[in-house]
Amino acid sequence: MAFSSLDRKGLRDLWGMKGQAGAIALVLASGVATFAMSVSTLDTLKVSQADFYRGFAFADVFAQLKRAPESVALRIAEIPGVDRLETRVMAAATLDLPDYEYPVSGQIVSMPERLNRLYLRRGREPDPTRDNEVLLHEAFAIAHGFQPGDSLAAIINGRWRRLRVVGIALSPEFIYQLAPGAQIPDFKSFGILWMPRKPLATAYDVDGAFNSLSLTLAADARADDVIANLDDLLARYGGLGAFSREDQISHRFLAEEFKQLENMATMFPLIFLGVAAFLLNVVVGRLVATQREQVAILKAFGYSNAAVVLHYIKMIVVVVVAGSALGIALGMWLGQGLSAMYVEFYRFPRLIYHLRPEVGVIAVVISAAAAVAGTVFSVARAAALPPAEAMQPAKPPKYRRSVIELLGLGRRLAQPTRMIIRNIERRPVKSLLSVVGISFACAILVLGGFFRDSFDFMIDVQFRVSQLEDLSVTLVDATSAHALYSLASMDGVQHVEPYRSVPARLRFEHRTYRTAVQGMMPGGRLRRLLDAELRPIDLPTEGVILTDHLAGLLGIHPGDMLTVEVLEGNRPVRQVPVAGVVSEWVGVSAYMQLPALNRMMREGRAISGAHMAADEDRQLGLFAELKRIPRVAGASVRMKSLRDFYEIMARQVLVFALVNTLMAGTIAVGIVYNSARISLSERARELASLRVLGLTRGEISYILLGELALLTVVSLPLGCAIGAGLSQLMIEGLQTDLYRVPLVISPWTYSFSATVVCVAAFFSALLVRRKLDHLDLVAVLKTKE
Amino acid sequence: MTQEQTAVFSARALEKIYDMGEVQVQALRGVDLDLFASEFTVLLGPSGSGKSTLLNILGGLDRATRGTVRYLDRDLSQATERELTEYRRHYVGFVFQFYNLIPSLTARENVAVVTEIARAPMKPEEALALVGLSDRLDHFPSQLSGGQQQRVAIARAVAKNPAVLLCDEPTGALDSETGILVLEALDKINRELGTTTAVITHNSDIAMMADRVVHLSDGHIVSTERNSSKKRPRELHW
Repeated sequence: MAFSSLDRKGLRDLWGMKGQAGAIALVLASGVATFAMSVSTLDTLKVSQADFYRGFAFADVFAQLKRAPESVALRIAEIPGVDRLETRVMAAATLDLPDYEYPVSGQIVSMPERLNRLYLRRGREPDPTRDNEVLLHEAFAIAHGFQPGDSLAAIINGRWRRLRVVGIALSPEFIYQLAPGAQIPDFKSFGILWMPRKPLATAYDVDGAFNSLSLTLAADARADDVIANLDDLLARYGGLGAFSREDQISHRFLAEEFKQLENMATMFPLIFLGVAAFLLNVVVGRLVATQREQVAILKAFGYSNAAVVLHYIKMIVVVVVAGSALGIALGMWLGQGLSAMYVEFYRFPRLIYHLRPEVGVIAVVISAAAAVAGTVFSVARAAALPPAEAMQPAKPPKYRRSVIELLGLGRRLAQPTRMIIRNIERRPVKSLLSVVGISFACAILVLGGFFRDSFDFMIDVQFRVSQLEDLSVTLVDATSAHALYSLASMDGVQHVEPYRSVPARLRFEHRTYRTAVQGMMPGGRLRRLLDAELRPIDLPTEGVILTDHLAGLLGIHPGDMLTVEVLEGNRPVRQVPVAGVVSEWVGVSAYMQLPALNRMMREGRAISGAHMAADEDRQLGLFAELKRIPRVAGASVRMKSLRDFYEIMARQVLVFALVNTLMAGTIAVGIVYNSARISLSERARELASLRVLGLTRGEISYILLGELALLTVVSLPLGCAIGAGLSQLMIEGLQTDLYRVPLVISPWTYSFSATVVCVAAFFSALLVRRKLDHLDLVAVLKTKE
Repeated sequence: MTQEQTAVFSARALEKIYDMGEVQVQALRGVDLDLFASEFTVLLGPSGSGKSTLLNILGGLDRATRGTVRYLDRDLSQATERELTEYRRHYVGFVFQFYNLIPSLTARENVAVVTEIARAPMKPEEALALVGLSDRLDHFPSQLSGGQQQRVAIARAVAKNPAVLLCDEPTGALDSETGILVLEALDKINRELGTTTAVITHNSDIAMMADRVVHLSDGHIVSTERNSSKKRPRELHW
């Protein structure tokens, strides 16, 4: 297709303002890239998860029990709705790694055959006839640098055994490798291992029996019915309550993280894209307005309004398409990088990068709509004037004394300063749009940074005010509180506080939630519940305290009776009054005083473990000693978990936030630069006239750039306020069972955002100043506007 | 040249009031004017006399506040926006004081912008040859002198074979020597193509090359005279 002369004009004009067009394209690209990156990352993780589940037969229902003879499996298989069934053995173990002093616990699972099959990343499957060969989960293997051929020791059922690593594997059941009951993953101190069933059963004393099972459902089966039947059947074998996929730990955490990512992936980019689109609309509108004279000439030649509008739309579409294409390419690149980073956390055999075509389409449509709207509006306004009038310089705008001058403050202001103030006052809409534009640039920077602040604050409160223990010990079974004395007498232990953790299904009306009821010592120093003002509160002597998020999920209020269906022992069902709620950010728990929980369980002074404070320099010796106590199932170190968690978080959410900050920075620079450039072209003639009248370069720069500086200064507090508002909006979408993020924005984030905008303004001013210095006085005066 | 020619344009009782925000400016105060086919008319008057306003209204760039303008059998004063666009596209060629070339297009392309939408245009090269710019086809406006730019503007105006050529101070921004080159181009087009031409100027010397001179002052036509002996542009001095 041949280009018309008009098209050629459009292309050359675009090239002529490539700086500005480039800045607009970059703003757009940033918005589109954030959108494409977020959505494609989420889709990639979801598609990869679905692919893994499908290809490796992830089960629908799971159950743990004390021990049942293999013959029970036949009866389970007859439960209506059960499709495929697989029994297995799972054993908790304490691991003893060479050169690693900290406590490590593990879960050893018998090799699956049909369900939850393993993806063998390296090495080979263990030989079923050997009793010492294992596969390691990839996350754990990488954390410790294990290779096939290495060995480690495990204490299974109180007996020390040496194991040989023959391979590294992944499982759809443990995409997210998390220790039972843990709130944050710690790949170093917890690992999944697989071993042939026969030697594992022998070691764990469940030969000819099973203590765990998983099954898939027939197409029309209801999970709840199957679970109810299963629970009935397994009750006499010490069943701990069957649960569906939704409560399976890896799946649930993945689902929660996906939910959160989804909120981030839609809200962040939509806000970004929305802001970019708005700014684009303003910038393009002003840019086209400076073409007023050319519009008039084209009309004088007999081009119709529609033809002129179309001409400018074509120009802007070129910019939109270029910006969007760049944005999508950038978004894909970032999305692949981000997905790959998530894979350190979520272990998939392969990552299937997925970018839905409609993501690109949506991005382009939103940007194009904004840009075209800005164009049409401005061109239509320019075209509405009779050409003769449009070719004249715009009629002298009505200036008047500004409010500041009328207030009598004007006498102290120099003439150029008065010009600045009058100019802003005379065009309040334009000034307002500039302020809104720069404010939004500042606001999305705040939005990019607040997540880190909130997260820091949340972690800080959780682990420095609420959970103060140095380490926690989990005992194999609920044990008499006498065990405390032996723990307390260990070398280096300063303080011991027992706790009891009872797995339970909480029920109110028709709503249920599976969690654990935590029994805590009244007046404890190591674990404290906090009220909304972060003051420690006392547990009531009777009744249960719920996390506010959990109370919300159950729809229960203080004073209501909560049904607690205990999932261990003889599985009592009890009614407990809700005594209150606490606002906790991490996890979903129910709390009772330890004696009250013991009474509810109709047991003696039983405990599940203890939180301990210990001398820092004696902790290592303590761990070694703990490993030798048979009843200790595991120990965890708070600061270490915290540090490891931080490392992972730093590489994930924070990188996500960093990318957003970069994109926000680009948008800020693009907008500020364009505002400055457009002001220059709008006022070049006026400023040149002033130069002719004898004003210095410095003086005219002051008039133009002083206005920019004033508008920027006004924009900063407004931008911070808008940023806080957007963050609040954003945070509503980030509430998950995993954690609820409090809205915290640090002064650092505010000042960083403001600084980026100021730096952008400064460099834009420098560029404009250079143009001002080269203003061609004669040429400007000779031609009309 | 016979006296009883057809009037291409006829304006009656034209008034134009500009609303300049706080003040109103009456640019035309009842103007009656006829322009005849193939005639070269100069509208002469000091600045503020209303001559540009008159020209703009004749060219369909602006509307009169009161009165009528007819182009042949079209009533421009009643025309819609669409009809005015159509009228400008096919019948009128404009030449402006400040050339108003499109800076991002070459000489040839500046002419092509108009020929591409015209009904029976000349080739851009042809039009530029007419104004003596065959060797400047691919130059951008910034690479041309003022006189050359104005001649490109004339080529652009005549390339569509307009019924009327309207020129607003075509030599206003030029020195006399360059101005004469421009006037020669206009004269040549008027003679060779017979294009009805109206030139407005405040330079009374230019009036000597016209068939007819219309004097304007303060929004009125004060007198009209016919040159008994037209001068060639070469013979003019100012």
